[in-house]
Amino acid sequence: MSSLAATDSSATQDRGKVIQPAWVRAMHWTNAFAMVLMIMSGWQIYNASPLFEDFRFSTSITLGGWLAGALLWHFAAMWLLMINGLIYLITGFATGRFRRKLLPISPRGLLSDLKAALTFKLAHDDLSTYNYVQRLLYVGIMAVGVLIVLSGLSIWKPVQLGWLVALFGGYDWARYVHFFCMAAIVLFLIVHVALAILVPKSLRAMIIGR
Amino acid sequence: MGRMRKLLIPGVDKRLLLRDAVKAMPDLTRRRFISGGASFGALTLLTGCNVLDGDSAEEMLKKVSKFNDAVQAWMFNPDALAPEFPESMITRPFPFNGYYDVDDAPDIDGKDWKLEVRGLVDNKKSWTLEELYRLPQVKQVTRHICVEGWSAIGSWTGTPLRDFLKLIGADTRAQYVWFQCADKDGYNSPLDMRSALHPQTQMSFKFADQILPRAYGYPMKIRVPTKLGFKNPKYVISMEITNDYKGGYWEDQGYNSFSGN
Repeated sequence: MSSLAATDSSATQDRGKVIQPAWVRAMHWTNAFAMVLMIMSGWQIYNASPLFEDFRFSTSITLGGWLAGALLWHFAAMWLLMINGLIYLITGFATGRFRRKLLPISPRGLLSDLKAALTFKLAHDDLSTYNYVQRLLYVGIMAVGVLIVLSGLSIWKPVQLGWLVALFGGYDWARYVHFFCMAAIVLFLIVHVALAILVPKSLRAMIIGR
Repeated sequence: MGRMRKLLIPGVDKRLLLRDAVKAMPDLTRRRFISGGASFGALTLLTGCNVLDGDSAEEMLKKVSKFNDAVQAWMFNPDALAPEFPESMITRPFPFNGYYDVDDAPDIDGKDWKLEVRGLVDNKKSWTLEELYRLPQVKQVTRHICVEGWSAIGSWTGTPLRDFLKLIGADTRAQYVWFQCADKDGYNSPLDMRSALHPQTQMSFKFADQILPRAYGYPMKIRVPTKLGFKNPKYVISMEITNDYKGGYWEDQGYNSFSGN
């Protein structure tokens, strides 16, 4: 705790501008916590009736112990995930942060940034501006986040939310969509965490704001 | 093995039952689970690493599950029908579901069987199968959804439960219809009254136009397409109209009690 406080005061001293405002940080970490609970309990639920015959998750990385426990976790953490996510989206649009930070996304910019990223030449001097690869990934993962919630609601309430299930092409398809959204989020997480470790000041900004 | 079977989850195929429901449970949990009593002990936490304090996490999860019961009751639209499918889409063979082998399923003699009626109801007479068969029947082809996630489309024929409740003068302001079954270890399950009165909730006597085979709950199953499979009891021997929450076989072990679709 003391070292964190020290960093905080030194950061205040250099009067750096706030990169991640408090609401973004609070919601980011709330989402991270809820998402981990959802994924780990979801893996346990998956194991009860695997979509892919020979593929199941090791119980050393699942949450809940068995199906009923996992379902209780999943249907508890979903509230945290959904409410936090909804407030995040509303705030992001209402404050104009999404428009400022995530737009525009041009194919040309994307190509050159992607090339730079893959050759490790992408600059991270200014954390307040997202490069085109980041913009696309953040917009993409938000879309996946919306999709995983909607497909999850479809599986949970296939009769009450029949119109939603129909959008996914039926109950069975909704299960596959839910699974592949999870896979996309896990892939994103791996890249996201790896990059946060490679560029530690971005992690610092998400913790103390600067 | 008798004890092991108690752990098994309805509707899984046998391999999964053993592999998941039993092996997946940490030893400590398994012991607590088997020791009976507070079956919520079965809800383990972060497997292998006890980050959260077990009991308080369980208490919290129980509370949220109760809250989810209320949310689902609020979401429940008594007029929303489960989708019906053409007969060509019926899953064949329709899976047998149980926490025991099909060979261990109740083997009921229809001539001796009677449906017992209890609780807040005018006419408590028991019903023979012959009497029940004389009531008007309807057919539905709907999707059975298991708590595990898999689903199968089946065809059930029988008497709408709400018609039967009316016939026997049940107090439909009561909270629950509680079913007891002939399964080993005494399967039972509560059904909230609004779901019991849903037009598609049915006392089923036939599957795919044939007298309900033993595997699917002979002589009577309660088909509730707005509920998960474990709330569709088979081998039913009694129903009780009651305001008391009497718990259920799987509900007591941690499955969400409302479990509505």
